[in-house]
Amino acid sequence: MRVYRTFKTAMRALRRNVMRAALTTLGIVIGVAAVIAMMEIGNGSSRAIQHTIATMGAYNLMVFPGNSLLAGISTGTGGSMRLSPGDAEAILTDCPSVTAAAPVVFARAQAVYNNLNWQPGSLYGTTPAFLEVRDWSDMAEGNPFTERDVRNTSKVCVIGKTIEKMLFQGEPAVGKEIRLMNVNFKVVGVLKAKGANMMGADQDDIILAPWTTIKYRVSASSSSASGTVTTTTTTVLPSAVYPPAPASLYSVPSSVQQADTPQPVRFANVNQIVVSARSAGEVQSAIDEITGLLRERHHIRHDMPEDFTIRDMTEMVRTMSSTTELMTTLLLIVAAISLVVGGVGIMNIMLVSVTERTREIGLRMAVGAQPGDILHQFLMEAIVLCLIGGAVGIALGRATSILVRLIKHWPTAVSVGAIVVAVAVSALVGVLFGFYPAWKASRLDPIDALRYE
Amino acid sequence: MELLELHDVCKTYHLGEMDLQVLKGVTLSVGKGELVALMGASGSGKSTLMNILGCLDHPSSGEYWLDGQEISGASANERARLRNRLIGFVFQSFNLLARTSALDNVSMPLTYGEEYVHEQEMKTRATEMLRKVGLADRMDHQPSQLSGGQQQRVAIARSLINRPRLLLADEPTGNLDSRTSQEILQMLRDLNEAEGLTIILVTHDPNVAQHAKRVIRIRDGLIESGSDRSSQEKQT
Repeated sequence: MRVYRTFKTAMRALRRNVMRAALTTLGIVIGVAAVIAMMEIGNGSSRAIQHTIATMGAYNLMVFPGNSLLAGISTGTGGSMRLSPGDAEAILTDCPSVTAAAPVVFARAQAVYNNLNWQPGSLYGTTPAFLEVRDWSDMAEGNPFTERDVRNTSKVCVIGKTIEKMLFQGEPAVGKEIRLMNVNFKVVGVLKAKGANMMGADQDDIILAPWTTIKYRVSASSSSASGTVTTTTTTVLPSAVYPPAPASLYSVPSSVQQADTPQPVRFANVNQIVVSARSAGEVQSAIDEITGLLRERHHIRHDMPEDFTIRDMTEMVRTMSSTTELMTTLLLIVAAISLVVGGVGIMNIMLVSVTERTREIGLRMAVGAQPGDILHQFLMEAIVLCLIGGAVGIALGRATSILVRLIKHWPTAVSVGAIVVAVAVSALVGVLFGFYPAWKASRLDPIDALRYE
Repeated sequence: MELLELHDVCKTYHLGEMDLQVLKGVTLSVGKGELVALMGASGSGKSTLMNILGCLDHPSSGEYWLDGQEISGASANERARLRNRLIGFVFQSFNLLARTSALDNVSMPLTYGEEYVHEQEMKTRATEMLRKVGLADRMDHQPSQLSGGQQQRVAIARSLINRPRLLLADEPTGNLDSRTSQEILQMLRDLNEAEGLTIILVTHDPNVAQHAKRVIRIRDGLIESGSDRSSQEKQT
């Protein structure tokens, strides 16, 4: 009840000089408006920057097969053949911190179209999830290949902008066929330009195809080890569909014959699995989850080293978090300065007001106001001024950020935190900078105050 | 029955090295329902005495009994409470809050009362007081829209709102022309006679003092004459 009464008295006192109250609070209005506008514009920019860095692959993890030891010779990373496309699927389904995972098979081949040829910087066999991991789903032309293409070992591919330029030289590429290692690949899509990566390598110098196709049709034919590849899909005869079965041309090999002439094993190992974590903060938990999962899938005893390596973009993640941190700190400093300036303005005017209203203070004391009452009244005036300033400032700041978005097309994002902080800070500024003048007022001697001219 | 009694009250101000004794042992008493004038030249200690009587200041030594309480040692907060409850002030320069309606000016002291007075009751009481001083039709006027006499009447209404035991009027007619002065003084006399309100008129003007039934004269920090009712009776 007393607080309400003090509030009413303060409101009455402020209403007696509306113009001055408005001018006093202008500092806070501008301060808070600046904070809100900066926060919203800053938030938007920060989000845009984060998105850009994410596009560069900051959240990406790479799982490589580990080292293997053959007759005392270490193969180095990538030597083991234990990483499978099944691992990629398991990572996606079993790790909650992971949003996408794709197996990758590396190959090298000369790409040929008509009389032009080009050695692509990267020739990857993968799944459509690769584009998701690399945040590259936007196509310049055409469409990405599908899961169905991967299952069917389809001879389709998606090419980067550099390849398009080098092989097609301005002609439309989609629908044409390029040759890789004497296999014809139909171009189904052209990727959007991505430019160089952080190391300066051209990311558009790339051909993506289903991993099955690359594995069994391109890298298999390029490796001398495997000559005749028999795949299960091609060897299973649709005997159920076409009964009766035609007489077999060759006799069924006996077990001795099979042991003597071993069929080449069809390996389904991949060179890499690319994984995308949900956010920068979840990169570490994704690493832990994947490590646990793969140890289990590869039946590695707990005292044995892993047969795979996981790498993350530590450098980029660090850049990103420092960028965000820098942005926030910068905004906070600007906010603090403008609010302090506003607060000093309030203190200034409140001090003037105390001097000007000395007689009023004396009178209030004469009719029974205790020093505490006077203190509360002036403090309340300062707080009310600051809160009103804060409210107007929030509205003005919102308006500014909306205007900036409409006129300059900058990204902005509403920041509820900033609004809460602005209100809290303006109340705090009111208390902080209102206290000294209020205290000064309460310390006045009623006799001197009444006689003050 | 005495409303207030002062026993050997001294007041010394410390101005740097020098001690300035303004009141040098004042003893006086004022009974309930009296209308007294306090007279003295400037520098006589009249204002200091008034401040002590009005509980704005405390004596350096001596006793001050007000309404049966010894209050010379009261703290600032206690004195504020006493002022609110027991004393009404009327000043030479009215001291009304600018840009505030007469009604709000009158009800202002109620805000500082010990018990909470409801908004509606505040308004009723202020209205009643303004009617009493004959300003029923000026409730919503601001001080700048009122004449000097009307302003002083608002001030009187304000001083009466807490039903004080003592009304201290410090040169209440100092800023008014003679005709209005007469009106104000008449109003104070009426209040004194009709309601038995104890009034102390502080003035240097003999014309004002003559409205009082007793005159206390102060000179050089000492009461010259009229320190209590009996002394007055001897004089007359």
